[in-house]
Amino acid sequence: MSPSKFQVQSSKFKVAGVVLIACCLLLSGCGVRFDMQDQPRYKAYKKSEFFSDNRASRDIPEGTVARGQLKENKAFFTGKIDNPNPNAQVESTTNEQGNTIVTSFPNAIDEFPLPVTKELIDRGQNRYNIYCIVCHGPTGNGDGMIVRRGFSPPPTYHDDRLRNAPVGHFFDVMTNGWGKMNPYADKLSAADRWAVAAYIRALQASQNPDQILRMNTNTAQPAPQTQTSPGGGH
Amino acid sequence: MAQFFHKSANNIARISMILAVVLAGTAFYVYTQVARSSYLTGRYLEKQQPVQFSHKHHVGDDGIDCRYCHSTVETTASAGMPSTETCMNCHSQLWADSPYLEPVRASFRDNKPIEWERVHDLPEFAYFNHSIHIAKGVGCSTCHGQIDDMPSVYQENTLQMEWCIACHREPQKYIRPKSEIYNMDWQDADLTAEQRTKLRADHKIRSTELLTSCSTCHR
Repeated sequence: MSPSKFQVQSSKFKVAGVVLIACCLLLSGCGVRFDMQDQPRYKAYKKSEFFSDNRASRDIPEGTVARGQLKENKAFFTGKIDNPNPNAQVESTTNEQGNTIVTSFPNAIDEFPLPVTKELIDRGQNRYNIYCIVCHGPTGNGDGMIVRRGFSPPPTYHDDRLRNAPVGHFFDVMTNGWGKMNPYADKLSAADRWAVAAYIRALQASQNPDQILRMNTNTAQPAPQTQTSPGGGH
Repeated sequence: MAQFFHKSANNIARISMILAVVLAGTAFYVYTQVARSSYLTGRYLEKQQPVQFSHKHHVGDDGIDCRYCHSTVETTASAGMPSTETCMNCHSQLWADSPYLEPVRASFRDNKPIEWERVHDLPEFAYFNHSIHIAKGVGCSTCHGQIDDMPSVYQENTLQMEWCIACHREPQKYIRPKSEIYNMDWQDADLTAEQRTKLRADHKIRSTELLTSCSTCHR
């Protein structure tokens, strides 16, 4: 073996050694850098150091209207008649549970502002079994799990007062809440609230077969695009 | 001339060659296992939350639907965290004096959100959308495990790419009928292979080629 050949081999080994060490360093370094993992952008619910309340998810600025969200169809979005009278006399009594219950509904519309189809009622059943069943119970008697845990029982749907109540009243209660019940407009879009109202009517008929199903519809005004999500943001 | 190496050097050379291979293999194996360990993936680790919220109680005992609180799971990328108002729907009356719920009442009083610790933290180079998985028949418990049996929620799976891609390669093995998405008791064995193939077609799940293309998740 000539000395020159040996020297060439030795330098090859040196290069190989350096590459090997570099690989080891690279491998051990893999766990250290996270700037691809945690990028300087906001994902949902991430904390923000920029905004004073530290919320990266911002509210829509007051007074802005998103495209197609003007809510011109008042009956569809409020469940109330045109030009409702805010000072209208509402009759109310107190029931045996101590809840104040209204017995007259001067401003509520009594017609569904969208066509009532089987799909709408099915959708209503689907939503009812998520959001309403917890208190109102599977049939609307007001005996849901949360009530069995001690929450104030809501009135049953199956008395003459609510059987004869205009459908706009149910929509209004879902939208704005009533008594111990908080509003559900953040979880149910307007179309979904009408679907739930239709399902409540179906429940009422199921518990009282003699009742005529009160599914009057008024679709003179075309119903707005029925989006099923409350936010609709993607 | 005397031999430079003793005869036993042959054995030493052989053994050291074998040892080198074994050591390299062991080192590689240890590396893969460390990378999959809960130390690095956060799997099975419970996090200290500002409120001692129990999914076992709310889902398992009370039977509240997942969507009551995670109400945007069907429509947006994020499943949605409940607002404090959602907690107060019930806790305005139930456990209303409990010291455990003071952070909730404080949040409600001061109009400041509760700062939950994120349990499932995907790397931000991976795009993930809950709604499409729901729409294609992936049930909650397939990824999140038996949430109804977790007093404190932990990450059930590694959330590593090999875990994602296992389902993207063969989604029919993991999907269920749409009516069973939120069913915590669903068993994968409830369907036969033919039913699964049909289900994949019914859900209009795209080809494995598309599901495993890079830009499906890295966009």
